[in-house]
Amino acid sequence: MNSLFPSIVSRSQSSGLMNFFVPIISIVLTLITGSIIFILLGFDPVYALYTFFISPISSTYGISELFVKATPLALIAIGLSYCFKNNIYNIGAEGQLTMGAIFGGGIGILFHDTSAFWLLPLMIFAGAIGGALWGLIPAILKSKFNTNEILTSLMLVYVALFILDYLVVGPWKDPFGYSFPKSRPFSESGRMPLLFDGLRVHFGLIITLFLIFVSWFIFSKTIFGFQLKVSGYSPKAARYAGFNQTTLVFFAFAICGAFAGIAGLAEVSGPIGLLYRDISPNYGFTAIIVAFLGRLHPIGIIFASLVIALTYLGAEDAQLFLQIPSAVGFIFQGLVLFYLLGAELLINYKLTYKKLL
Amino acid sequence: MSDTILNIENITKSFPRVIANKKVTFDIKKNAVHAILGENGAGKSTLVKILYGLLEPDEGNIKLNNKDFKVNSPAEARKQGIGMVFQHFSLFDSLSVKENLILGIDEKMSYSDLENKLENISSRYNLPLDLDAPITALSAGEKQRVEIVRILLQDPQILIMDEPTSVLTPQEVESLFVTLNALVKEGRTILYITHKLEEVISICDTVTIMRSGEIIDTSSTANQTAKTLATKMLGQKLDDLKTNYGHIKDEVNFEVKNISCDFNDPFLTDLKNISFQVRVGEIYGIAGVAGNGQSELMDILTGENIDIKSGSIIFDSKKIEKYGPQKRRDLSISFVPENRLGHSAVPELSLSENILLSQFPKNNFIKNGIILKNNVDEFANNVINEFKVITPGNDAKASSLSGGNLQKYVIGREISSKPKILIISHPTWGIDAGAEHSIRESLIELSQNGTSIIVISQDLDELIEITHKISVIYDGNLSKPFKTSEIEIEKLGLLMGGKNE
Repeated sequence: MNSLFPSIVSRSQSSGLMNFFVPIISIVLTLITGSIIFILLGFDPVYALYTFFISPISSTYGISELFVKATPLALIAIGLSYCFKNNIYNIGAEGQLTMGAIFGGGIGILFHDTSAFWLLPLMIFAGAIGGALWGLIPAILKSKFNTNEILTSLMLVYVALFILDYLVVGPWKDPFGYSFPKSRPFSESGRMPLLFDGLRVHFGLIITLFLIFVSWFIFSKTIFGFQLKVSGYSPKAARYAGFNQTTLVFFAFAICGAFAGIAGLAEVSGPIGLLYRDISPNYGFTAIIVAFLGRLHPIGIIFASLVIALTYLGAEDAQLFLQIPSAVGFIFQGLVLFYLLGAELLINYKLTYKKLL
Repeated sequence: MSDTILNIENITKSFPRVIANKKVTFDIKKNAVHAILGENGAGKSTLVKILYGLLEPDEGNIKLNNKDFKVNSPAEARKQGIGMVFQHFSLFDSLSVKENLILGIDEKMSYSDLENKLENISSRYNLPLDLDAPITALSAGEKQRVEIVRILLQDPQILIMDEPTSVLTPQEVESLFVTLNALVKEGRTILYITHKLEEVISICDTVTIMRSGEIIDTSSTANQTAKTLATKMLGQKLDDLKTNYGHIKDEVNFEVKNISCDFNDPFLTDLKNISFQVRVGEIYGIAGVAGNGQSELMDILTGENIDIKSGSIIFDSKKIEKYGPQKRRDLSISFVPENRLGHSAVPELSLSENILLSQFPKNNFIKNGIILKNNVDEFANNVINEFKVITPGNDAKASSLSGGNLQKYVIGREISSKPKILIISHPTWGIDAGAEHSIRESLIELSQNGTSIIVISQDLDELIEITHKISVIYDGNLSKPFKTSEIEIEKLGLLMGGKNE
């Protein structure tokens, strides 16, 4: 007779091929589960899935929107991979994004009446600095007081959101805004240039692709990328090699913060054009899923960001055409993460039913 | 006396990439000490795991007292009368001896019964125990006694001992042998797993020699010598290592002076006023039973721990005790810590990438922060060829290599840069005799070319074979050095056990 509950046993070797297929399997399982949810809600699953995943991108405008959403996701996810490769769990990208938007947006508000060419570059730079500084707080706490970066980085998200909240209802409130909680709009020279007339996809996409390329180079060709990897795999080996792990933690947090900050600035100076309360639909958190779905690899992250961006668009269409709350998008994101983690576990471990005596 | 207790017939067990046991067949006589001798990886452990119910054989039969014997778990094996003492102890460090023993009992037993039984076992088999002592306070030999008593509580007919002497001092080994003899006299049978030749000859009656999963020979130990056994075990003749101290210069180039270090941690050993000097071309050995401060000392010698209370390390008349590992490498000091996987090498990375863990000024691996992959690959290939590392190529993951091959690779990496000082911990721990021999040979060759080597090892035979001087570390104290050529094993044993005259 076998025991009722399986026990989890480590596999001696994980299959390299399966490792590659994990993201694809998770997406397929998500679609299957999604169909079941739609059926239970009383919809024709084919129509529902079509509305969710196909119709949003069946127009040029839709594809442009896909890239608008994918841009911050990919940029933050590639930043997060500096941390995750180093085995640092920075959960606070949303806060770093917000701080980037505050710093960069602050410059935009300060120079709201200039049309000088340097405004946007200065805003981008300030956004990177804001995100990096916010990212360095958990790094300092971790190396000085050995605090858990998961907790501190997450808590700092809410601090950053409250600071933004305070600014847009207080000192930075638009003097001509009828007391709405928003800042005055940035001048035209403080906006991300659009790539195509009539479409919202903007210059942030170019910045993102450039930074992804740079990151690919750093990860695969430089000693810094190597040090991140070694200290992630085995801190003891990194110590033996003489790599300075405190420095690595600082760099990883600062780079991730800077990327998230640029993503935040690109949002407010791109599609939004001013500062207000809800600048990000949780891009900073969703990017964690993107980073893992993309296996922390630059190419993987590009594809993963498109897939997850689609869940945002699909949720909007589902709300419009099926009258389902847009939260269904989060359900899909959650499902992807759930299956991803599950598949990851089963690659390295197997379930066995022990024989009972 | 000559009844057979266990018949092992045609046992075969294969794993994904190797056949660990190939049609293994032999008998074990009752009331004797039966040795299974073989190198690491010869298939000894697989065989005893099958006997103890931890693995299931693919084919073959086992008969215990002429009855079919098939068990699926250690608990079942114990019920049928087979007990096993593992090489690595499975005791709860924070509990007392008594509590550990109670945890090991399968059946119900009253407390007074237990105490009576324990007293009986202790006195009958020369196994004195302090029942109330916490496990942390015990020496390795005492911990082993707890393990043996725990098994004896179940009254086994056959007792499997897996490499029982690997962590013991020579005196503790002797006391273990007294116990084993007492057990055999009572009619029990002992299956003694080892790769140490001398032990087979001194206490075993019969020996089964295994090599690459097959039985090479089963015979009486009478008329056998260490040489004849070694030849059968290895299947080839090894040259004797030649040590010659003529090349050592009378010039100290590495000195440790009064190093003390407090950790405030019950699981670490504080270092107390450690001093020693190494001369150019000398191999200096540090002996001792595991857990007496070796790894703590190693961390200080490598620079992984620069947080010392007092003392200094002097190299080339520079004080380097505050230098990190890379700064020491820049001075041409190189290190090989005890653990390969996750310390001196990263298992998930390729052999080529593992080269980058240890960079010396002469290596041209990095330019402006960018890795010069061709140079790294070439260096990796040289190490692979020169040190005969068996691997499909420099892009193979470190985890795919056997222990011996990876150790050859790591040591090769360090030696290839011709360091002035090599500090190495347990150079041949857990690897097969062939690799062991070639590593010791390369260390001797390196010293002859003028490198000073510090070897920390638990393996006394190894230290005696290759070193020029030996001192003993015990509880964080380092003894004065002894010339290896004039050393008395007895004396070393006493020092390892903490007894100074």
